[in-house]
Amino acid sequence: MSRHDLSAKGPLIYRQSIWTRATHWIWAVCLFFLMLTGLQIFNAYPKLDIGKESGFEYDNSVFEIGARQIGGEVRGFTRMFGRELDTTGVLGVSNGQVRAFPAAVTIPSNRDLATGRVIHFFFAWLLAGTLAIWLVAGVLTGHLRQLLPRTGDLRALGPDIANHARLRFHHRRRYGALQKLAYAGVMFILLPMMFLTGLSMSPSFNAVAPWLLDVFGGRQTARTLHFLVMLLLIGFFVIHILMVLASGPLNALRSMLSGWYRVDPELQSGADEPGHQPPTQKET
Amino acid sequence: MRRTTLDRRSFLRRSVLGASGLALGGCKVFDNATVQGSAMRAVFESASSLTYRTQRLLGGGHSLAREYTRADILQSQHPNGSVLPDSESYQAMARNGFANFELAVTGLVDSPLTLSRESLLAMPARTQITRHDCVEGWSCIAEWTGVPLGQVLEQARPKPNARYVVFHCHDAIERSLAGPVYYYESIDMIDACHPQTILAYGLNGSPLPIANGAPLRVRVERQLGYKMAKYVHTIELVESFSDLGRGKGSYWADRGYEWYAGI
Repeated sequence: MSRHDLSAKGPLIYRQSIWTRATHWIWAVCLFFLMLTGLQIFNAYPKLDIGKESGFEYDNSVFEIGARQIGGEVRGFTRMFGRELDTTGVLGVSNGQVRAFPAAVTIPSNRDLATGRVIHFFFAWLLAGTLAIWLVAGVLTGHLRQLLPRTGDLRALGPDIANHARLRFHHRRRYGALQKLAYAGVMFILLPMMFLTGLSMSPSFNAVAPWLLDVFGGRQTARTLHFLVMLLLIGFFVIHILMVLASGPLNALRSMLSGWYRVDPELQSGADEPGHQPPTQKET
Repeated sequence: MRRTTLDRRSFLRRSVLGASGLALGGCKVFDNATVQGSAMRAVFESASSLTYRTQRLLGGGHSLAREYTRADILQSQHPNGSVLPDSESYQAMARNGFANFELAVTGLVDSPLTLSRESLLAMPARTQITRHDCVEGWSCIAEWTGVPLGQVLEQARPKPNARYVVFHCHDAIERSLAGPVYYYESIDMIDACHPQTILAYGLNGSPLPIANGAPLRVRVERQLGYKMAKYVHTIELVESFSDLGRGKGSYWADRGYEWYAGI
């Protein structure tokens, strides 16, 4: 196979260990359930406040989904930082029911805080266990080192952004600068934030670590941040899926299921990684 | 090799189709988990006992809930759930300013007690400014005054097999064919003897209002609001929940909420 033949396929390399693949799918399932049960839990008090407590005789909310009677009709509204939008049909009122988030995006679909909580905490535990396994395996297999951005990645950031903007993707053994930033951001910032803000809402955990309340500026601020980070995780998910679709969905899916990933042909010699051994190759 | 790649591809396609089918099925797929006693729910509920054991391990017996200052009290305590028990006996007592209120301490104790309002008020009291966290998600800071439950239990002398403290209440949220279903709650002996667990009769420097549980309500500061039963008339020490309600140890636990509400 000629290295200059553009239509030629590069070699299959073993890119993702079983630990990475298994944990990836488990937390994908966990995050799906955590988000939809989280929206169920939000519906029980569809407001986000700032501070130690919730204002009932004063207003400390920054976000609210509600419903009110307007001219004999119940209209849903969404208010953010004092600006209000009529969101009837989606938020506030949907399918003739008064509820913040609609049945289509909550688990269970009907209003059931108790079940929402039971499922939420089950998957929170499963996610915590999965992340612990991932962390240990990541240290042992060196996957963690590949994920952490280095100074070289910052220099590569400009060209990497330019390539992404042109939808020109490199298929290499190693993650690119933007990939590292995105994955490390999720694993080391967003997910820990989810656990810490979640634990800040636990009166029992507050007694164990009261300082956590101060870190986040009070229980209600922690709850608001929990919601905000959830939105950031959805943002990551959307971009993640778009990038997978744009860069070759079958190759990406294969690597996350079987571990084998087809890299670009010119990388056969390992030229982009001076000092590194050529990647493990598989016959094609 | 090419052959296996193709097989893998078709496998990939099938798994994608399968996954999207699950997503399109909508969230009703998981509604079976709402059925109490279903196998799916039992799996999910297994995490609750993990939460309970972990929080007990971390918090031990006597880690204290945060106490706030007067400057943190910005409003009156937000009432939730029952705000006025509708039984005639309760309302007669309320008209009389709860002067003839009595608290009974029964069950697995060596000396069952009947404590009058005066004797409760005469016992050493504790005042604490704490945050009330409702299971719905809101919080409210207020100053509570009352008798530490541990003191009352000391007088009643629990038997060695007493494992839980049950609070029986005057309020009924719903009615069944057999009559009103009265609110009840229970906590373990660790929370019962916790220094901040009090039988509160005062709120923000005044007698406890009816909407907040007059004449007596429980404060269990390391758990959620529904554990803090209002309108308490009897404290019963038990070994198990089998003879109470639907057997889960609390009105809301009988209706699917966690018995241990530490999170």
